[in-house]
Amino acid sequence: MKIEQSVVNIFAQQRIRTILVAMLMLTLTALAGCEGQAWNNPHPAAESGGNIIYSAFSERPKHLDPARSYSSDEARFIDQIYDPPLAYHYLKRPYQLIPNTLTAMPRVVYTDAAGNEVSAGAPQLAYSTYYFELQQGIRYQPHPAFARDENGDFLYRFGHAAEAAAYHSLANFKESGSRELLAGDYIYQLKRLADPSLLSPVRGLLSQYIDGMSEFSAAVSEAHDSLPDGQWLDLREIPFAGAQQSDDYHFSIRLKGKYPQFSYWLAYHFFAPVPWEADAFYHQPGLAQRNITLDWYPLGSGPFMMTRNNPNEVIVLEKNPNYRADFYPAEGEPGDEQRGLLDDAGKRVPLLDKAVYRLEKESIPFWTKFLQGYYDRSGISSESFDQAVKIGSEGVSLSEDMEARGVTLEKEVVLGTYYLAFNMLDPVVGDTGTRRERERKRKLRQAIAIAYDQQESLSIFYNGRGEVAMSPIPPGIFGYQSGREGINPYVFDWQDGRAQRKPLDEARRLLAEAGYPDGRNAVTGEPLVLNLDTTTAGGGTSAAQNWMIKQFRKLNIQLNIRGTDYNRFKEKMSTGNAQMFQWGWLADYPDAENFLFLLYGPNGQVVSGGSGVNSTNYNNQDYNRLFEQMQLMENSPQRMAIIRRMLAIVQKDTPWASAWHPHSYILNNHWVSNTKAHGISKSVLKFVAIDPQARADAQQTWNKPVLWPLLLVAALLALLSVPGVRAYRRRQQRRIVTD
Amino acid sequence: MLAYIIRRLFYAIPILIGVNLLTFALFFMVNTPDQMARVQLGDKHISADAIEEWKSQRGYDKPLFLNTADDSGGLLTDTIFYEKSLRLFVFDFGKSDEGRVIGEDILERMWPSLALALPTFIVGILVNIIFSLFIVMFRASLFDTAAMIFCVALMSISGVFYIFAGQYFFAKLWHLVPISGYLGGLDAVRFLVLPVIIGVISGIGGGTRLYRTLFLEEAGKDYVRTARAKGVSELAVLFRHILPNGLIPILTSVVVVIPSLFMGSLLMESFFGIPGLGSYTLNAIWAQDFAVVRSMVFLGSVLYIIGLILTDISYTLVDPRVRLS
Amino acid sequence: MIKPVVLWSDVLIFILVAFMAAFFWHLRSRPLTLKRWRSVFHSHTGVASFVVILFYLLIAVTDSLHYRLPLDKIEGSDDVHYSQDVRSLLDDILHDLNSLDETTYSEPFSLYSFAKINMQDDSGGVYRDYPRLASAGSHLQTEEDIHADIVQRSVWGLALGLMISLLIIVPHWLWRRRYAAQSSVPWVTAYLTLAALICLSAWALLLGQVYHIFGTNQVGGDVLYQSIKAIRTGVLIGTLATLLTLPLAVVLGISAGYFRGWVDDVVQYIYTTLNSIPGILLIAASVLLIDVYIETHPDDFQLVAVRADFKFLALCFILGMTSWTGLCRLLRAETLKVSQLDYVHAAQAFGVSHARIIFRHIMPNVMHLILISLVLDFSVFVLAEAVLSYIGVGVDPSMNSWGNMINEARAELSRDPVVWWSVSAAFALMFVLVLAANLFSDRVRDAFDPRFH
Repeated sequence: MKIEQSVVNIFAQQRIRTILVAMLMLTLTALAGCEGQAWNNPHPAAESGGNIIYSAFSERPKHLDPARSYSSDEARFIDQIYDPPLAYHYLKRPYQLIPNTLTAMPRVVYTDAAGNEVSAGAPQLAYSTYYFELQQGIRYQPHPAFARDENGDFLYRFGHAAEAAAYHSLANFKESGSRELLAGDYIYQLKRLADPSLLSPVRGLLSQYIDGMSEFSAAVSEAHDSLPDGQWLDLREIPFAGAQQSDDYHFSIRLKGKYPQFSYWLAYHFFAPVPWEADAFYHQPGLAQRNITLDWYPLGSGPFMMTRNNPNEVIVLEKNPNYRADFYPAEGEPGDEQRGLLDDAGKRVPLLDKAVYRLEKESIPFWTKFLQGYYDRSGISSESFDQAVKIGSEGVSLSEDMEARGVTLEKEVVLGTYYLAFNMLDPVVGDTGTRRERERKRKLRQAIAIAYDQQESLSIFYNGRGEVAMSPIPPGIFGYQSGREGINPYVFDWQDGRAQRKPLDEARRLLAEAGYPDGRNAVTGEPLVLNLDTTTAGGGTSAAQNWMIKQFRKLNIQLNIRGTDYNRFKEKMSTGNAQMFQWGWLADYPDAENFLFLLYGPNGQVVSGGSGVNSTNYNNQDYNRLFEQMQLMENSPQRMAIIRRMLAIVQKDTPWASAWHPHSYILNNHWVSNTKAHGISKSVLKFVAIDPQARADAQQTWNKPVLWPLLLVAALLALLSVPGVRAYRRRQQRRIVTD
Repeated sequence: MLAYIIRRLFYAIPILIGVNLLTFALFFMVNTPDQMARVQLGDKHISADAIEEWKSQRGYDKPLFLNTADDSGGLLTDTIFYEKSLRLFVFDFGKSDEGRVIGEDILERMWPSLALALPTFIVGILVNIIFSLFIVMFRASLFDTAAMIFCVALMSISGVFYIFAGQYFFAKLWHLVPISGYLGGLDAVRFLVLPVIIGVISGIGGGTRLYRTLFLEEAGKDYVRTARAKGVSELAVLFRHILPNGLIPILTSVVVVIPSLFMGSLLMESFFGIPGLGSYTLNAIWAQDFAVVRSMVFLGSVLYIIGLILTDISYTLVDPRVRLS
Repeated sequence: MIKPVVLWSDVLIFILVAFMAAFFWHLRSRPLTLKRWRSVFHSHTGVASFVVILFYLLIAVTDSLHYRLPLDKIEGSDDVHYSQDVRSLLDDILHDLNSLDETTYSEPFSLYSFAKINMQDDSGGVYRDYPRLASAGSHLQTEEDIHADIVQRSVWGLALGLMISLLIIVPHWLWRRRYAAQSSVPWVTAYLTLAALICLSAWALLLGQVYHIFGTNQVGGDVLYQSIKAIRTGVLIGTLATLLTLPLAVVLGISAGYFRGWVDDVVQYIYTTLNSIPGILLIAASVLLIDVYIETHPDDFQLVAVRADFKFLALCFILGMTSWTGLCRLLRAETLKVSQLDYVHAAQAFGVSHARIIFRHIMPNVMHLILISLVLDFSVFVLAEAVLSYIGVGVDPSMNSWGNMINEARAELSRDPVVWWSVSAAFALMFVLVLAANLFSDRVRDAFDPRFH
């Protein structure tokens, strides 16, 4: 009974309220006391003030192996780590290749079948050989794969999975070592590209060009069969006819025929060096079972090294202490100096100590954190567009709000093309049937191309962040033509100094000529129904779908949108069962060939059994012939003329109803400097610099916690307790009154 | 008791086999291994032998349920189903379709999930009990009615709205907590405060209502009336009699979900960017990563069965009259 | 001539309505159950929420009378062809709402678009400003008239609503005074709720003809129209999910409880297995399966509406699959108890067939369980739809649903300034329905569940 009594007493004496209030005040002062850091800082307190850049990734990288990775999301990481022979100049435009780990650009020698040197244009040309000379003294990042004990033997070499049990991540390996980068490492990586078990996405493509690659693949396959699963196969022991090493700093690669685009591939991480020790290390028993593989823990000689890889949470790159002497470029294109891009000229890079990438699945929280100063750079999503920028007569500029924050805007060139395509094998819209039928179907496609107002779509869904494409080739690539000459004459007219979409009546006329007056089959009267195949993953696309339906309704064509999951969609594409679909292409390298091959007949999805890039299955003999000619040419007026002829063919045939080139804008908080968007190269992090102090100050001022709502809630709760206590007392004292 | 538990565990085996059969049937009706390979290998330049290679590396190059080609007794065993599900029974989840070791991922992502689910669960129960006791104290008054309507109203709001509102006000407008994200260690508290609060609030309506009926049931019993008649104060009745006895049905009813807390919350984790098992599952669904989905289904089933067993055990603990047989 | 289109879900909703009518008719001959139902309708909340639910149901039913319009005939052919658009009766009622098309977001009652676009002034210079909406308020002489116009139309709308309400209520009231015995049903509450709903609808329809009451969405569609169209989805998912799997739960549950032995073992095995699979994963996998089915049978699903409807029904069924086990278990337990009763034993002793015993003696005694679970699950499913749409396994994007609206709201809420109206509209309509359903189910449970007496 004692306990109850005391409980009641406390209530009665109203002491509890005093205590509650006192506790509340205490907590609040305690919270307000930790002034050092804002409450909503998503980064650890220990890192504050560091020379660290913060970014995010939305999809966890699937592959970090330079032989396997083929997406820009992954290139953001590994291109800072791996050092291919060539690189792009950071500031100069148009894009220019420069030697990276080489002493000079590779020397190309053309030979005939017998090995005699011939000129570049000679008809008997059979091989082109690239000779490379490596800089001396380049060293790999510290890594346990190189660690040796006092006898010079490798420290971490396990015979049995049980020995690896103590190691859960790469960080558990305490010792590390390094060694010099040698010519053999480049050849070793080339061999890895050819190894079928590594599933390199470029193996098929490069095998067409590199001498001896297919034979090497076959030999490796055979060697793998005789080895137990998962055991390391020493690729150094298998000869590769097209790749020769003359000494530690010199090697050569021989191509069949001529392939001018090969230099671009040499700037890709596919050709970055990988030491054999890495493969030997990661193939030890027991490691693959713990996600410790080269695919997750890269080992390179580049400016940064990956010190933490938790794709569920954070990926950390740190400065590579062994990085070679590499300097910020001293010259750029005109205007770079005014923009401060040459302020750090000649400084040794990388300028940052660390780069932290956090997992951010959603664009919304990312944008909020950017505004709070917790991320340094951000793209602009359609939701935040009007908040971030305004569009005036002189183009895109920052909004007042952003300018007040000191944010800078950077326009990024995206070398890419997105398109709405017809399947050219389709019986209704494709290029099939008799000559007259094909003519009619072409008119149908042209009519749709006129009606489909790409510009409106861009302004509704992308805030105008893109330009309507006249041809597959985006601006910034040789072959692109702006202005009057460049327009697609089947869809646009040149009026008042700009391209005007042809009137709808023109489309209706074409539609009637195609056999569908007013959207009805001239013979049967049936309404014309077209199918658009899309992927529905994630949902929430009804607005876009309604808009599409509206476009076709302009011509009284009924659009039927068939959404499926991604797997099914790919299946449909590879069997040629789609009718219309949307697709896109981002450049591998800045060359027209990389876009025009999207329509090259032999690349057709169906013809090639699903592996080709020509998803519309467009196949025009004239176009194909010109493509084969153009492919081997260096950029020149002759090449331009051929490209123009090819584009004219495509524009007439209209295999794509519509296309657009995306624009992308990057916002930098005011403490970020040296950023210049590069359409191709991703290995730019080493040039970026930040001012940590300015950032810390801004974070403090932008994130003052607002406390009154907390106080309000506390006050409300306190208020509620008053009538509660009173009611309780009344209840307690209720008496049954009897007479 | 021990014998009972062991027997129940044996009963679990046919159930788990059934679960596996169902997931396999569902998934392979949807996806052929070829399609899975194509998705995993990416968009550009994929050749047919790369697909074959991928399938054999992942063990998808066998028949699904019946291997009629195998003469050496592998009719049932040399199949995808047998090989993949047998491993599950020893909790070897293998590799995800994109190449990560699933077991390691689960071990890692389990902690953020627990860090979110456990406080939400415990604080939720505590708050609900306190609220419902408070309401029971004023039962059959205007306050009771108002509180009940308030609870129903709270229940009628989709959980998504609570998240929208919470993120907008607490994180965006008032800068009190980070809007999303997660850090290990003590730093986690900053990130968990808001989701836990939201989780608790969205559960208040249903929980309070349920507990109130349970407490009321107890309050109507004879011994309570006797106590009150003796002149025991209202608070004492509440805390000495109603609370302890009302707690029994509450606790036995929540035991079943405790093991499943591991699985995390799909919605909360994905909205708040918490790298737990809930968002892991969701990502796997989006990516159609069958290996992960299969593992999570299996894990979920195991945890559910454990929950059932725990419930039975908890009955015997609180009520000695119940015997397990 | 129009061509009626009967979707599978239409059939089911009419069966549902018929079933409900038959049920209440049947009640007249069962005084005991009738008494319990009376107690449901004795409370104010019970009556008011029932009226609200009926109102939603009515909208759903009008939205389930589908048809296709014929296309104009072309010369030289007598064949009649029909539009691919499947419309419903509700579309005709809401025609004015749906015909106000804008290009993108606009605020409620606004005359201007919410997003700036590039415009050219008279001298050809480009500037960026909010464009005037194409159709909202186009009847106004000057923009200043808008407030007066809104007030005027509101008054008219309310007056119209009151008149319609009186037309319905007064005859009923008179009839009741003449013929019906004194009842304890709070009819005044019912009348007030009904009048409020009718007035609100009349007001919304009248104003919606010329303004966007709830604004417009990203592609300029009227949000009010969308959220009203979503009612059918919400009501159907709430009811069909339980109904579609009801036969399964009833047959298995009762047979397990009645026959016991191996039947019981099998049934228990089935529901434990299904129950142990995390619901969301089961749903996700099954929805993918449906996609594949549709994909491989394109000829059966020529119309978007038919395809969406099939997907929707499948979703309902799968949702039901994740929840029928609960009911099944309850039925099994209750049947176990009931079949121990003396009169069941007596019937068995007299050699009455199993089927007869089950239908005559067991079913009536477990009916209340079915009913309670039906009403209890209703609001759960309506809420679940929103979450499923977020995960990407919800209803087809071509179908209007609150889930799809909420899903889109995520992006809208992060805009600055915030686009709040779409999510608010979905919230309001959904909240009213779920609240009504919850309150009603409370009453039903109080009346039928012995534990809650």
